[in-house]
Amino acid sequence: MLRDIWATFIGFLHGFGAMCLFFLRLLQYTPSVLYKRFSLVAYQVYNAGALSIVIIMVCGLFVGGVLGLQAYSNLERFNAEDTTGIFAGFALIKEIGPVITALLFAGRAGTALASEIGLMKATDQLSAMEMMAVDPLRYVAVPRFLGGVISMPLLVAVFTAIGLLGSHLVAVELLGVDVGAYWQQLQNALDMEDVMEGIYKSIVFGVIASLLAVWEGYNSVPTAEGVGRATTRTVVITAIAVLVFDFMITAWVL
Amino acid sequence: MGPSGTGKTTLLQLITRQLAPDSGQILVDGVDISTLSQSELYKMRQRFGVLFQNGALLTDMSVFENVAFPIREHTRLPDSLIRHVVLTKLHAVGLRGAAELMPAQLSGGMARRVALARAIAMDPDVLLYDEPFVGLDPISMGVIVKLVGQISDALDITSVVVSHDVHDVVAVADYSYVISDGQVAAAGTPEELNNSSSEVVKQFMHGLPDGPVGFHYDAPDYAKQLLGESPD
Repeated sequence: MLRDIWATFIGFLHGFGAMCLFFLRLLQYTPSVLYKRFSLVAYQVYNAGALSIVIIMVCGLFVGGVLGLQAYSNLERFNAEDTTGIFAGFALIKEIGPVITALLFAGRAGTALASEIGLMKATDQLSAMEMMAVDPLRYVAVPRFLGGVISMPLLVAVFTAIGLLGSHLVAVELLGVDVGAYWQQLQNALDMEDVMEGIYKSIVFGVIASLLAVWEGYNSVPTAEGVGRATTRTVVITAIAVLVFDFMITAWVL
Repeated sequence: MGPSGTGKTTLLQLITRQLAPDSGQILVDGVDISTLSQSELYKMRQRFGVLFQNGALLTDMSVFENVAFPIREHTRLPDSLIRHVVLTKLHAVGLRGAAELMPAQLSGGMARRVALARAIAMDPDVLLYDEPFVGLDPISMGVIVKLVGQISDALDITSVVVSHDVHDVVAVADYSYVISDGQVAAAGTPEELNNSSSEVVKQFMHGLPDGPVGFHYDAPDYAKQLLGESPD
């Protein structure tokens, strides 16, 4: 039993170390890929970012709406419904925007990346590239990684903006909070630091989600079963990593 | 040539260093390929053309772009010249008309021909084929067999074909090795192999169901296993 736990732990360390090396190699190739193959990166921003926008917007609207409802119904008890905007805005900008966007990103774009790379591996496309003396790390992995890293902060911004709109719709239009109070209170309370916290998180989550998706795809077992498992692992591990890092960043910033 | 699972594909992967050897040397044109750095290895690989079992075409590009891919990656030729080269290579495999199709629209035999056009796009010195005849209908198979021989002669290059298909290899090969259990069991021209006295080679060349490569997978004694107690 203890031995099994120890073996699992050592296995985890092996995997983690290999992933860190993989990450360093991605970073090492990043400048040359940005310079020489920018069109590939741009396509991946479209692939990971633009194609995720619908799910991000719909979810943002409803999450914002729920925040407006919850905030209003609780604050109303203290006759503080004018501060609904503060509550919803802070929650969206600092926490919920980055976290939920990262989770949605893992589900929409992360799985797509992992399964795409896994399938390329299973059908020998990556080996074929190597045989044509084209490094698949530069041609396949780095553009997809960068596409995700660039997309995430933009998606978080979209999610948060739509979320604020959603809570505005619920609180102001539906529940009758004064529109001036709603936005003025939020504007007064919000500092640049709060916005920066959300931006830091979105950048870190972007790196985590993209790295894990590309890593899992690149290291999947090249069979139908292996690709399926890699896809599942991408979502599970990204969700855990994002929530753990969210806690650590929040603790560090506060 | 050799039975399944004897290390033919592994040998091919060692030659191109998709796998690193545990020990020993692999000399390609006099250079030990396992000691090369990545950039030297990639330079060496530009002299190889490799045909994978299922073609391994890049699925997000058209046939034309697939063949153009290595040229675009390794040269700075103008588009008009690339077009010429690609169409010439596609014509050689009879698929100039399929240039605008996507890989998903191709049959297995066509995909392999496109992959062959891609493999010769950079005019390699050595062409390596991994089981090029597997899983094709007789017509496509005939086409591939013809192309393998033709391309080898026309471009004056060395072709290494890994296969377990005795008849088709015999049809194109100048010299063959039979591999069994990770060892070279026999070598020679097709006629020499056909007349070989080695049991393994005989079994393989004539497709006998039993011989040195047993019909039965290793198992405990039949009677004992049936009559004895079950392990659980």
